[in-house]
Amino acid sequence: MAEEKKLFKVKIDNISVEVEPGTTILNAARKIGGDIVPPAMCYYSKLQGSGGKCRTCLVKVSKGSDADPRPMPKLVASCRTTVMDGMEVANITSPEVQEARKGVVEFLLLNHPLDCPVCDQAGECDLQNLSYEHGAEATRYEFKRRTFDKIDIGDKIQLHMTRCILCYRCVFTADQLTEKREHGILGRGDASEISTYIHQSLDNNFIGNVIDVCPVGALTDKTFRFKNRVWFLKPVDAHRHCEDPKCCGKTVLWMRGDEVFRVTARKDQYGEVENFICDTCRFDKKEAKDWIIEGPRKIDRHSVISQGHYVNTVKPKDPLVEVLDGRQPKLLFDIHTTSQVNRPDIDLSKIDGPAHSDDFNHRNS
Amino acid sequence: MQALTNRAKPVDRRPMTFMEKLYVPAIAKGMGITLKHLFQRKATVSFPEKKRDFSPVFRGLHVLNRDEEGRERCTACGLCAVACPAEAITMEAAERKTGEENLYREEKYAARYEINMLRCIFCGFCEEACPKDAIYMSETFAPSNYQRKGFIYGKDDLLIPDPKTGK
Repeated sequence: MAEEKKLFKVKIDNISVEVEPGTTILNAARKIGGDIVPPAMCYYSKLQGSGGKCRTCLVKVSKGSDADPRPMPKLVASCRTTVMDGMEVANITSPEVQEARKGVVEFLLLNHPLDCPVCDQAGECDLQNLSYEHGAEATRYEFKRRTFDKIDIGDKIQLHMTRCILCYRCVFTADQLTEKREHGILGRGDASEISTYIHQSLDNNFIGNVIDVCPVGALTDKTFRFKNRVWFLKPVDAHRHCEDPKCCGKTVLWMRGDEVFRVTARKDQYGEVENFICDTCRFDKKEAKDWIIEGPRKIDRHSVISQGHYVNTVKPKDPLVEVLDGRQPKLLFDIHTTSQVNRPDIDLSKIDGPAHSDDFNHRNS
Repeated sequence: MQALTNRAKPVDRRPMTFMEKLYVPAIAKGMGITLKHLFQRKATVSFPEKKRDFSPVFRGLHVLNRDEEGRERCTACGLCAVACPAEAITMEAAERKTGEENLYREEKYAARYEINMLRCIFCGFCEEACPKDAIYMSETFAPSNYQRKGFIYGKDDLLIPDPKTGK
């Protein structure tokens, strides 16, 4: 009685695709790929129950199904709406959706501090990308932005509650990956905040993944805090044999020279982690010799991270070596004799937390 | 061969006339032009004593700005360094400690900030990129130096004096 599973035919922006019943519109669109995929800030395919909170994935359903061709009365969140047979969806072809998304971005940015120059997430931030692509250039909000009392959630993870958009991804991550969840959302409405009840620190293994799933800079790596901007680092794929059976050990190292500044999981084209990694890999293995380096990571060339990474370049042969009969050219000026930046005797990546004024001055000669 | 333009003049190879053979009128005419220039306004200024005004859009030596309270504006966001086509700007950031609020405007600041004036092409992109109004290009030249090490400008060379204490 092996009955062939009936596939639903869906049309998204006039592109047809056949998907299994129970698939959401967002996942059907991702099956097509390209520009028609709605952006998502809270939905995370690896986390059960995520989605439905940020409303950036709103789409218009212009035809409900073959059986009931009426359109849906208002825009629906594509990450939570499952497809029906013969459904027709409009995303980028509908001006109404574009307008609504612009409004959603404005709402998400209402209380966002816009401290991108300080924020470590800048350059790889989903909210930055979203507002560049779908947002208006200015806000109409005139009131004081919401602020919170700063809480310390441990020496590895830094929480900036003002940047949070309450997507709940980190809560699901802690629930589904770690043994014990210590943080969640406290308060309601405008006052709701990510916090730990009676200040404790997050120190479960695998809790570091909340940094990767956070679409904004609310949860960042404290061991990498302020050490460098992501676009000055070179991402390389690397792996190591991890003792933890749940950890795959496949990571991206963010390097500068031989220094490993940061370790993150590998992210796919939708900014979602391919495999979660454990905290040992993320926080404690900050030496190049701990890792087997596979090669440079492919970065979308429109990303600021790809600046200075030239692909397929041909280096011209240096004629100087031949002319000088193999002697090395005389170095007239070694930059390290004068420059105070990137001093060979200070390894910023070896400092535990962010660098402070005394980290630079105490070894000053 | 076809001429590239119609402005080409053939060389006049006719024998000189009597007036031309005398040379004196031509010399007098030439001296006249020379004497005329003696009484005209000079095209140059004697530089170190007299200085020309800079144009309002002149891009000279960089300065790092402070706010009204004398705190450094730069937050080491790295946008000037990424905008710099000559890769002349480098920096290292640090976190502000409690007690340093009167020194630095934001939580993060540039502990080291360096511009290599040997590399700088004075394009002004850093000034345009700065989101914090921290870097500006002033109306002065980078002074010359006999050695290359004199062209590495650190924070103490670039920062403007504190408006409150004056140093």
